[in-house]
Amino acid sequence: MALQDVCNWQAPDTQESSLHLPQVSGWTLPRGCDPQAFLQIHGPKLAHGTTTLAFRFRHGVIAAADTRSSCGNYVACPASQKVIPVHQHLLGTTSGTSADCATWYRVLQRELRLRALREGQLPSVASAAKLLSTMMSRYRGLDLCVATALCGWDRSGPALFYVYSNGTRLQGDIFSVGSGSPYAYGVLDRGYRYDMTTQEAYTLARRAVAHATRRDAYSGGSVDLFHVRESGWEYVSQDDACVLYAELWEPKPSKEEEETSKAQS
Amino acid sequence: MASRYDRAITVFSPDGHLFQVEYAQEAVKKGSTAVGIRGTNIVVLAVEKKSVAKLQDERTVRKICALDDHVCMAFAVVTVSIRLTADARVVINRARVECQSHKLTVEDPVTVEYITCFIATLKQKYTQSNGRRPFGISALIVGFDDDGIPRLYQTDPSGTYHAWKANAIGRSAKTVREFLEKNYTEDAMSNDNEAIKIAIRALLEVVQSGGKNIELAVIRRNQPLKMFSAKEIELQVTEIEKEKEEAEKKKSKKNV
Repeated sequence: MALQDVCNWQAPDTQESSLHLPQVSGWTLPRGCDPQAFLQIHGPKLAHGTTTLAFRFRHGVIAAADTRSSCGNYVACPASQKVIPVHQHLLGTTSGTSADCATWYRVLQRELRLRALREGQLPSVASAAKLLSTMMSRYRGLDLCVATALCGWDRSGPALFYVYSNGTRLQGDIFSVGSGSPYAYGVLDRGYRYDMTTQEAYTLARRAVAHATRRDAYSGGSVDLFHVRESGWEYVSQDDACVLYAELWEPKPSKEEEETSKAQS
Repeated sequence: MASRYDRAITVFSPDGHLFQVEYAQEAVKKGSTAVGIRGTNIVVLAVEKKSVAKLQDERTVRKICALDDHVCMAFAVVTVSIRLTADARVVINRARVECQSHKLTVEDPVTVEYITCFIATLKQKYTQSNGRRPFGISALIVGFDDDGIPRLYQTDPSGTYHAWKANAIGRSAKTVREFLEKNYTEDAMSNDNEAIKIAIRALLEVVQSGGKNIELAVIRRNQPLKMFSAKEIELQVTEIEKEKEEAEKKKSKKNV
């Protein structure tokens, strides 16, 4: 109404925090209680713990993750999917609370689709990361835990962003997220080059996750590998983590060794 | 009959007209002329400057405004009535805020179509609200998108917008448009200078006293808005007049 706008009047019970999630009813808390402290003491114990990684190289972006979903000391699901497609050219690796990740990715899909329809082209990966981080930062302090790497190919080429639920948004070439990430970073930092071939990239990603699943209790199951190219994302492989780790220790003879053994015999 | 259906904006007449919107379009036709040209590597906006009163500071009478680094807008508005220039100021402010909000939410600068759509939607809202009147302005919006393609859009008080290769709004817009239809060629537009010249020539068709009543701005790809100074405009005008004379001489030679 015109008068409303002139006086800047707002209806008193607009639920701002449910802007993106319709029909969300708030938690009813005792008066004077701090929501975060309340959740920490009395709230449900949610699933955490994983190894996911993503890195950007000349031929696209690689995303890899384990498949173990743990809930405290108990493996809730040994075969969960932690790499979620958003649209043809965008994937997200998820870590933190599985339920939060799944919900927020659906909200992100909706936002991107609406923008694509309005503006005639899909937003860039930078835009998607910005949208996700601003949406989540409105829920800061309410114990949301979403740590995700958005991997995609847009007009500027391969793009990789790390988004955390407190609103952090970082651009980078390598990211690993989760309880197994220190082990994965060790392997990635050793073997990463921007000019790798695709096969080298696949090997590096598999190796990094395999090492992490070996040492981290909350990671395991299988290793999912995805590759985002210019033409879209592709599900490359799924390998059992233990089998993969064992293969890493089989000394495959290098070419020089083969030649010297042939020369000797 | 019209008088019974033209008081409120939100009332259709029996034969389907929204009279207030049409009256707003009439107001636009009385405004000073503006011309927009889309070249291959350049976009040009030229506006007729009404002569300034003796004591008025010329620099405060600006018809071409930058909305962002890569987009600018010119509007046709009745300069006599102070009310309607204010309309333009309000629209420009909202558009500028939207350009920056878009950058904040989505990291990318607006496309020219997006901001035109925003301005057009704003204008349309005012044709469908209680207690308000439409904006009495038409606008020409030019700029370059991220992909380097130049664009020219025109909006009118009803809230529609269209893309154009070259267009004119305001007083005598029809004459100017006819001139452009005859003289605009895609090949000529690949030369920046030609694009500037055709804008000035189109405006000279209707402007009374030559170069000093023209305001001109250009945007080249990956460069910010450039307003031409009076001297630069005079240079272009003298070149145009030279070319005219030479063309006339050739004609007369042929005739003889």
